[in-house]
Amino acid sequence: MHVPDGFLDAPTSVATGAVAAAAVAVSLRGARRELDDRTAPMAGLVATFVFAAQMINFPVGAGTSGHLMGGALAAVLVGPWTAVLCLSVVLVVQALLMADGGITALGTNITLIGIVTVAVGWAVFVLLRRVLPKRIGMVAPAAAVAAFVSVPVAALVFTALFTVGGNISVDLGAVLTAMLGWHTVIGIGEALITGLVVASVVATRPDLVHGAGPLLQERELELRTGVTQ
Amino acid sequence: MSTRRFFAVALVVSLLVAGVASYYASSHPDGLEHVAEQTGFIDAAEDSATADSPLADYQTTGIDDARISGGLAGVIGVVVMLVLSTGLFWLVRRREPRGDDSGAEADQHVQSEA
Repeated sequence: MHVPDGFLDAPTSVATGAVAAAAVAVSLRGARRELDDRTAPMAGLVATFVFAAQMINFPVGAGTSGHLMGGALAAVLVGPWTAVLCLSVVLVVQALLMADGGITALGTNITLIGIVTVAVGWAVFVLLRRVLPKRIGMVAPAAAVAAFVSVPVAALVFTALFTVGGNISVDLGAVLTAMLGWHTVIGIGEALITGLVVASVVATRPDLVHGAGPLLQERELELRTGVTQ
Repeated sequence: MSTRRFFAVALVVSLLVAGVASYYASSHPDGLEHVAEQTGFIDAAEDSATADSPLADYQTTGIDDARISGGLAGVIGVVVMLVLSTGLFWLVRRREPRGDDSGAEADQHVQSEA
């Protein structure tokens, strides 16, 4: 969903640029709590993996494709503040080096892919972690569902921005329907990739999964009660 | 799996995805592009100011073989990402000395930061 230059008018692009800058500034402070000597390299690798994975467009039918956005994935693996920074670095490198996503649209892309998918993905994940059984095996499915939800919500936010500041006036109802429809299908791919990657990390190094933290403590407590009985 | 080994595997996977698997990615327009074509606002798109960059559109300028051109762009991108993001997160991280840090390791950090 990389927005090219020209889709949105200047005021809207300036506004999303300001939102993106503020979010990055706040995230730089927040990420301090999530990063230490062990998790900082992990976060670097998560950002790098998201960049690589975004190169893989998968077909979703009718001559359309989609790729991982990675907001929910990064949030579950390294925490939401760090995830905003991960996606921001990915989007800056893509825009400057690969001409993928516009330069004036950088704020818009950070807002959609760096903020919306991370915020929605993390919120849904935390909600699911609260209601699902407190087991480490629930982390990957919860991450997958969170990833699925994050994609159509980002599409919805794009449509809202386009409604406010689109440079060409078209049938907005048609844009909304098409954006939601296609991105619901793309969300399934997002869910599958996120679920698989999170499951792999949980299987090998659950201690490196930020979102699994509370469940790991829970698991240790369960083991101890088993021993005393 | 040791942390070092885990990170090495993650890096190799990223390099393979960007450098090799990317060749097989779908070249169809993505969801947003498709919707823009369908509903009539694709013409608003303008070329990025970086459209002439040597790695624009994940192809390396001057290399004709699409597999190598795309693979090299992907690998360069992965290396740039790794350096930039790890550098950023290393700067942002908490630095209180932790109980399990050995003195020698802490000294090493101080030296490398000096």
